[in-house]
Amino acid sequence: MDEPSAFQLILSGDPQLLAIVRLSLSVTLAATLVAGVLGLGLGACLALTRFPGRQGLVIALNALMGLPPVVVGLLVFLALSRSGPLGFLGLLFTPQAMIIAQTILITPIIAALSRQVIEDLWAEYKDEFTAMDVPGAMRVRALLWDARFSLVTILLAGFGRAAAEVGAVMIVGGNIEGFTRMMTTSIALETSKGDLPLAISLGIILIAIMFCVNALAWGVRQWSVRHAG
Amino acid sequence: MKSHAFAIMLGALALVGNPAAAQQQSIVVASTTSTQDSGLFGHILPLFKAVSGIDVKVIAQGTGQALDTGRRGDADVVFVHAKPQEEKFVADGYGVKRFNVMYNDFVLIGPKSDPAKVRGGKDILAALKAVQAAAAPFVSRGDKSGTHSAELALWKAAALDPASAKAPWYREIGQGMGAALNTSGAMGAYVLSDRATWLSFKNKDALELVVEGDARLFNQYGIILVNPAKHPSVKVAAGQAFIDWIISKSGQAAINGYKINGAPLFFANAD
Repeated sequence: MDEPSAFQLILSGDPQLLAIVRLSLSVTLAATLVAGVLGLGLGACLALTRFPGRQGLVIALNALMGLPPVVVGLLVFLALSRSGPLGFLGLLFTPQAMIIAQTILITPIIAALSRQVIEDLWAEYKDEFTAMDVPGAMRVRALLWDARFSLVTILLAGFGRAAAEVGAVMIVGGNIEGFTRMMTTSIALETSKGDLPLAISLGIILIAIMFCVNALAWGVRQWSVRHAG
Repeated sequence: MKSHAFAIMLGALALVGNPAAAQQQSIVVASTTSTQDSGLFGHILPLFKAVSGIDVKVIAQGTGQALDTGRRGDADVVFVHAKPQEEKFVADGYGVKRFNVMYNDFVLIGPKSDPAKVRGGKDILAALKAVQAAAAPFVSRGDKSGTHSAELALWKAAALDPASAKAPWYREIGQGMGAALNTSGAMGAYVLSDRATWLSFKNKDALELVVEGDARLFNQYGIILVNPAKHPSVKVAAGQAFIDWIISKSGQAAINGYKINGAPLFFANAD
C-alpha cells in the first residue's frame, strides 16, 4: 500500500487527523461537562427529595439511558434546522449542535446512575445527618464528596457513550471536513469509501484514546485515595 | 450555584469556538455522496478557496436528502444529480436557478462470477432483464438518491418493477453508494453505481464492472442556489460566487483536471 495508514498519520502528526481527534475530544468533553452539571444536579435532587410522581421520573430517567443516538440526532436536527423552532440560532451543522446532541444523549445516563449512587449513600448517612442536624446544602456537599469516585466513573461512562456514538453527530454535524468531522464519522465515511484498513485503524486509535482517558482517571483516583488518606 | 453551573455551560460551548464569529466567509453545500466519496471536492474546493477566500462546507447526502436540506434552508447551495427532482425544486420556489455543471455515467457492477451472464454488454435494459431472469441478487440504494432514481427509471424502461414486486433477490439497503458497493461485494450482488465512486472505491474485491457505455446511463449533475426569498439566512453572494466559479472556465477546468490513475471522473459541461 502506497497510502499511509492511520497509525503512520498519527505518528507523523498529520494535522488533519490531529484536528479530527482534537475536535472529537473537545466536543465530547464539553458535552460531558454540561451533562455532568445537569445530570449530577438532577440525580442529587431526585435522590434527596420526595414528591408525588418521583418514582415515575426515576423510571423515565432510567429508560432514557437507552435513548437511541439517531433519535436524539433527529430531534436536535428538527429543532435546529432553519425551518425548526431554533433555526434562527444558525447552529445546525456546527460543533455546538454536536455538543447539544451528545449532552441530551448522556445527561439521562449520568442523572440516573448518580441518583442511584447518591440515594444508596443517603440511606447510609441519613440517621447520622439527622442526629447531627446537618443543614441541607451541607448534606448535598458531603454526599457528593463521599461519592466522588463512583461519580467519576459515572462521568466516564457518559464520556464513553458520547465519544463512541456516530448516529447523532452525523445528522446534526453533517460530517463536514475540517469543521464537524469526528473520529466516529470519519470511520463511517472511510468504510463507505471502501477504505477498510484506514477505517479500522481509525477505530483502533479511538479505542486507544478511550483507554488513555480511563487510565488517566484511574491514576487520579489511585493518587487521591493515597493522599486523601 | 445556579449561575455557577450556567457559567460552566457557557464555557463548555465556548471551548470549541463560535463558528459564526470565527469563520469569516463560508457556505454550506448539500451535495451527494458520489462527489465527496470520489474525492472531487477535495480537489476543487482548495482551488476555489484560493481565488475567493470562501470556505465551502460540504454535507454529503443522497440527492433526495440534499434537496430536502436545501428545502429546509439548512444549505446555501445544492449540488446534485437528478434533473427531474432538481427542476421540481426550482419550480416549487426553493431554488433560484439550475445550472448544468458536469456529467459522468452510471455503470453496472456485478460479482466476478456473473450469475446473470451480462458481462461485456452495452445494453443496460437487456442486462437488467437478465438479472431478473436469473433472480441474481441486486442491491438497490433505496435512499431516494440520484443513483436510486436513475436505477428505478431504468427498471421502468425495461418494463420491470422488482421494487414493488418485493422480489427476494432485489435488496433495498437505504444507504450511500459506498455502502451499497460494500454490501454488493459481500453478497455477490449486482448494483448500479456512478462511475466516479466505482473508480475511487477501494474495496472492489469480488466485484467488477460488467455493463457500461449505454446512452441511458448518462448522469448529469446540476447546481442550484437555495432561494433567499424562502430562507433569508441563505448566503446569496458567497453561494452565487461558488456557482459562478464552478461553471466558469477555471471551475470547469478544475473538474476536468481531477483524475484517478489518469482517468477523468467527471466531464465538465456547463452551458
